[in-house]
Amino acid sequence: MTQTARQFQRNCDTTTNDADHRSWIRIALNQAGDARSTAQARFNDWDGACGAASQIKWESLDHLAENLESFEAKLLARGASVHWAETGEDACAYILRVAAERHAKRIVKSKCMTTEEIGLNERLEAAGLKVVESDLGEFIVQLRKEPPYHFVFPAMHLRRNRISETFEREIGAAPTEDAESLTLTARQELRNVFLSADIGISGANFGVADTGMISITENEGNARLTTSIPRIHIAVMGIEKVIPRLADLALLLPVLATSATGQTLTCYNTMIGGPRQPGEVDGPDEFHVILLDNGRTRLLADPGLRDALRCIRCGACLNICPVYRNIGGHAYDTTYQGPIGAVITPHLQDLTNWKHLAFASSLCGACTETCPVGIRLHDHLHHTRSMVAERKTSGLEAMMARMYAFAALRPGLFQWCGRQMRRTLRMTTRFRGGRLDPFRAWRHTRDLPAAPAKSFHDLWKERKA
Amino acid sequence: MNGRAAILARIQSALARPTDVSIRGDSSTTADRAFSRFLPRVGPDADALARQFAENAASLHAEFHHVDSRDHLVERLRELATENDWRTIATHDGPLAKPASEALRVPLHCVGPDDDAATLAQCDAGISECDALIAQTGSVLVTAASAGGRALSVLTPHHVVLATRSQLTPDLPTAFELLARKYADACPSMISFITGPSRTGDIERTLVLGAHGPRRLTLFLLESEE
Repeated sequence: MTQTARQFQRNCDTTTNDADHRSWIRIALNQAGDARSTAQARFNDWDGACGAASQIKWESLDHLAENLESFEAKLLARGASVHWAETGEDACAYILRVAAERHAKRIVKSKCMTTEEIGLNERLEAAGLKVVESDLGEFIVQLRKEPPYHFVFPAMHLRRNRISETFEREIGAAPTEDAESLTLTARQELRNVFLSADIGISGANFGVADTGMISITENEGNARLTTSIPRIHIAVMGIEKVIPRLADLALLLPVLATSATGQTLTCYNTMIGGPRQPGEVDGPDEFHVILLDNGRTRLLADPGLRDALRCIRCGACLNICPVYRNIGGHAYDTTYQGPIGAVITPHLQDLTNWKHLAFASSLCGACTETCPVGIRLHDHLHHTRSMVAERKTSGLEAMMARMYAFAALRPGLFQWCGRQMRRTLRMTTRFRGGRLDPFRAWRHTRDLPAAPAKSFHDLWKERKA
Repeated sequence: MNGRAAILARIQSALARPTDVSIRGDSSTTADRAFSRFLPRVGPDADALARQFAENAASLHAEFHHVDSRDHLVERLRELATENDWRTIATHDGPLAKPASEALRVPLHCVGPDDDAATLAQCDAGISECDALIAQTGSVLVTAASAGGRALSVLTPHHVVLATRSQLTPDLPTAFELLARKYADACPSMISFITGPSRTGDIERTLVLGAHGPRRLTLFLLESEE
């Protein structure tokens, strides 16, 4: 077992044993599910909307190269810079170079998962730059030096008293249990950050090929401010985010908002197509777009797994996932949690260290059912398991399978094994879950059914007689 | 340009293998683009649209008012200024917004290319025009061209939008058609759909208004433009 897999198991043990935590996550995610149902019901035809959204995302991949070229050409024509980054390291180096050349000191960020993926904040801080996350949830977890718990709701695991403690300790705020006061504290704290930042860094929910724009979905207005006030705006975007047409957003924006937060539209949906243009009163002088590969073309090369590149990061598969609900977001130790994270991480990172995520699933298929763009998530988890099985070098499991096959083909031996198994079960009941229990791995958190008196074979013989 | 060539080459070679039929199915290659059929239904005529917009705005905690004339608009703005004790307000050089703001006789900051954002941040309210109001979602469509740049509609604590009857648009697809028609190849550098005042649910999923953008959003629909 790898270090990452062992850590994952320890994380899971911790959260599954924390009943308060699990019950709060369940309440919060149930609320998210209810909100989504209400928003879905406002659609004239939700399934039709999802079908069309799914097709648009397939078309986006079918013509990915052309879409990226058109996206780039339009942006360049309007005075933006476009940088193609093969790796996270490459993207970080580009941003550090821009910052150094412009003598930038302060950076404000709006929520951006790709920058989490490439570890940008650590790199910027190591270079002596001050980096502040402006999304409220991200701001809270940044103060706590924690990673986001959920890629849509980064601080959903924290109750308000913990947030108040964090604000008291880190920024000297007065303690309060009032969500409004806590929000106001963050607003006041971040006002000057926006006004004094040299660079604003954002992500992009979509890139638009026909007009050369990025589209950002948010509720707080922090992305609007990040992309309006600082002199330089840098957007970091995965290459798979480019859609063919601006008009496609008329469908994709409400589908995303409905699935993500249960709103028909989030508060601000903003399309940015360059730095400040002639005749405009404000906006950054420079706009840089970084197109990030970082393993995405590897996923694209797999004729099945490329499906996962159509993800719009709504988080609906996390909210519904029985595994996510019990182990929580931090257990994964990944940028992208839940089913989608379990599908893409082993291929974006490496299979050896992250394969355990594909096994942390009951393959119930709730994720596939809820995905608004119809990504076959549970099929991909299954496919990843097959890939692991094919390259498996340890012979233990294969040997056990051979032993089972040997016994199963010999009825006398099979019955004898069954009897021994029932006897062992009965004998070890008193050690249940303890160190001497041969079934400890199962029984220290769960029960096994009591050993039956007779085997299926015995019952069958009786009935025939 | 190395990264560019390498990434594009990898995309081309990756896509040389077709997608598994078991994953994609044998569905048609292009999406049904008549999105209006899927999205929330909209009313049949202008009055129904205005009602629908008002209902959506109310559920979003935005304040929506009809005004009959420019004089009536100024009168309502004056009431707002007094009630909320506006000391400085901001606007832009728009044919509707500027004269209406000037008529308030409150110290006025008209955004311009040499401004410092800190000046705008000190204002109590920002009054702007827009491109459209969208009945389907209760959204206001603004651009850097129509609404005084990027910051005016988001940096002050109270955003006031002045719209005319002809700007009331049924749904999102028609709003995107309008953008394409109005700006063609000279699109402003920022387009934003504003749907209610700024909000967050990041603390225990409790709705709080005024996260980083305006806490209040007031919308005036001018019935006639005489």
